[in-house]
Amino acid sequence: MFDSLTLASLPAEDDDLRLMVRDLIVNHIKSMPLWRRARSWQGFSADFSKALGRAGLLGLTIPKALGGHERGPFARFVVVEELLSAGAPVAAHWIADRQSAPLIMSCGTEAQRERYIPGICRGEILFCIGMSEPGSGSDLASVRTRAEMVDGGWVVNGQKVWTTNAMHSDYMIALVRTSGTPADRHAGLSQLIIDLKAPGVTIRPIVDLTGDAHFAEVFFEDVRLDGDALIGQEGEGWKQCTAELAFERSGPERIYSSVVLLDAWIQHLQACGRRDAATLVGRLTAELATLRAMSIACTSRLAMGESPVVEASLVKDLGTSFEQELPLVIGDDLAAHPDEPVSDELYQTLMYVTHIAPSFSLRGGTREILRGITARGMGLR
Amino acid sequence: MDSQEIIEPFARMLNAAVGPAEVREAERSNSLGAIWDSLSSSGYLDALIAEDRGGAGFGLADVFPLLALVGAKGVPAPVGETMIARALAAEAGITLSDGPIALATGQVDGQVVTCARVAQQILYDNGAELVLLAAADCSLRATGIEFSLAARADLSRIRGQILPRPAGGLLSIAAILRSILIAGAANQLVEQSTVFANERVQFGKPIGRQQSLQHNLAVMAENAIAARIAAQLGAAGGLAPSLAAAATAKSVSSRAAALIANSAHALHGAIGISEEYDLQLLTRRLHEWRMADGSEGYWSGLLGASRLSCPATSVDWVRAEIFA
Ligand SMILES: Cc1cc2nc3c(=O)[nH]c(=O)nc-3n(C[C@H](O)[C@H](O)[C@H](O)COP(=O)(O)OP(=O)(O)OC[C@H]3O[C@@H](n4cnc5c(N)ncnc54)[C@H](O)[C@@H]3O)c2cc1C
Repeated sequence: MFDSLTLASLPAEDDDLRLMVRDLIVNHIKSMPLWRRARSWQGFSADFSKALGRAGLLGLTIPKALGGHERGPFARFVVVEELLSAGAPVAAHWIADRQSAPLIMSCGTEAQRERYIPGICRGEILFCIGMSEPGSGSDLASVRTRAEMVDGGWVVNGQKVWTTNAMHSDYMIALVRTSGTPADRHAGLSQLIIDLKAPGVTIRPIVDLTGDAHFAEVFFEDVRLDGDALIGQEGEGWKQCTAELAFERSGPERIYSSVVLLDAWIQHLQACGRRDAATLVGRLTAELATLRAMSIACTSRLAMGESPVVEASLVKDLGTSFEQELPLVIGDDLAAHPDEPVSDELYQTLMYVTHIAPSFSLRGGTREILRGITARGMGLR
Repeated sequence: MDSQEIIEPFARMLNAAVGPAEVREAERSNSLGAIWDSLSSSGYLDALIAEDRGGAGFGLADVFPLLALVGAKGVPAPVGETMIARALAAEAGITLSDGPIALATGQVDGQVVTCARVAQQILYDNGAELVLLAAADCSLRATGIEFSLAARADLSRIRGQILPRPAGGLLSIAAILRSILIAGAANQLVEQSTVFANERVQFGKPIGRQQSLQHNLAVMAENAIAARIAAQLGAAGGLAPSLAAAATAKSVSSRAAALIANSAHALHGAIGISEEYDLQLLTRRLHEWRMADGSEGYWSGLLGASRLSCPATSVDWVRAEIFA
């Protein structure tokens, strides 16, 4: 069963990247409170992303000619792991570096690559993902946002929602209908690169249950775009999206979202000198190590040029279950010791992660959808 | 030799020698019959012995697929145990006779020893040294568990041949072996359950068309793969594993073992409960291997104590202790 997911190791030559990342992190986050670091890859800092770009830590899988570093998915894994472990604010460049750049590399024209990729590698051009709409969540093929060809350009009308960082981004890669009707399902869908500064685009941030506003709703009213806004082939949007989702779902951010909390709790146990949680700590550590090995196994499929759609779904489901369990068992442990003082920072971090954790198994495709993909991979559908 | 070249002849030999009928016969008669002859004449029992000592020179990671197959088939013989014992003996220049050897890692008399009823010898770690005991001297008695080949044994006062004790003792190695067997059986159960779900019809369609069962099977697959990868992390350290890698392997695989055994039964309905149906040959073993050589709680406790003694971040600690 899924024999290709097997133990793989990170090449030693990528180890030097860890020190580079650490040097950079120390300066940028030493004054950041724990609860901000617990935002993990939802923490936004345009300055930090640019600093990563300057240090040569973005575009690691991109050719040098386009401003990248030609090092491959393992190098990217190493950098991402360091950033997440420290709770660095990586949201600004996250989507562009993870999935927009690979999509533009594999489906874009030479002109599109030259226009967008170098800026992505510098951490200066920011992208967001326009898939979900009010009526189209899990059932993504039902999107209603339309683009019509007029005078060699595109005219877009419709609405996207839950678009992470739309209000900070320069461009959205949107899944839109370019022919037919929603009844045609996967046929007639295309991906467009939409300039969010174009007239007719309105962006309204949405506040979440923790008080943060990381996502937004985006309205398109007769938005006019050049002909080369189309990325890839017209009508191939669904296939391109599926490949893009393999990048979106396969990374270590699907196992490390709560790791800042885990480390803070372990520090608390160490400071109190308490040993009665050792079995729980050990189980969580064993699971973390195993998930890390599974994530590296997934990365090795990417490194071989494959698109590990099913493998990524399976690792994401297990990983987000782990991320979601952490705040619950840590909360149980802390509240089972009422005589032990818990710092403001740890308490705020715990409650933040507790409240946001349900989103871990929604963003990037829900648990039920991922299990369906795995079941199809098993020959059950 | 790559792993395909190692596994293919072994799989052919094992397929010819052991099927459900042979497993049941061994469990009924408490003897291995022709199964052991096939295994010992195959030469594979010396797979882990260094080449300059006359063996095949493979590491535990090389023979992983072989041992996983032993788990997948529910082979009623201590195959991996014997390979390990022979390799440890060969390190000390000692050649052993060809019989099956069970491993005993507990410290109490009356401990339950897996496969003891079909073993000729028991390799016992008494905490200070390894002692190779004749099974006949160990006051073996039935556990009272129907069909089980494990036995209770009194080992602490019996004399036998002394073998050098590896630095971390026998327990870590045995735990990793169990995790590989669990991984093999778990994978087999997921495959078998998937086939069953596509064949069994209720409400006019295969039960595998029901979304809730698809999701249960997907979760079984996730856990089976986690068990496999955790076991691989353990096996990477060969016969000198770190405590942290052994703990990771056994903690994750033991937890998965119970979950997968129970999910497989739930999916099969009543037929899976019957003796006649082959499912129980694997699910009973999963529970036995889960508890042998330390359960998930035992290993998690050790791992957690080690983790709590170090101020590093989780990612750094895991990289240094488990992936080293
Ligand atoms: C923090 C966050 C960030 C996000 N960022 C982005 C972004 O940047 N860009 C973007 O495009 N989207 C984004 N999303 C949206 C996300 O992709 C959707 O939330 C997700 O696809 C689910 O869609 P939905 O919320 O409409 O739920 P629905 O699809 O309505 O699902 C509701 C429930 O029904 C279940 N369900 C639906 N269909 C089935 C089925 N066939 N079988 C079984 N159960 C089913 C779901 O699993 C879920 O439990 C983000 C979401 C979150 C929470």
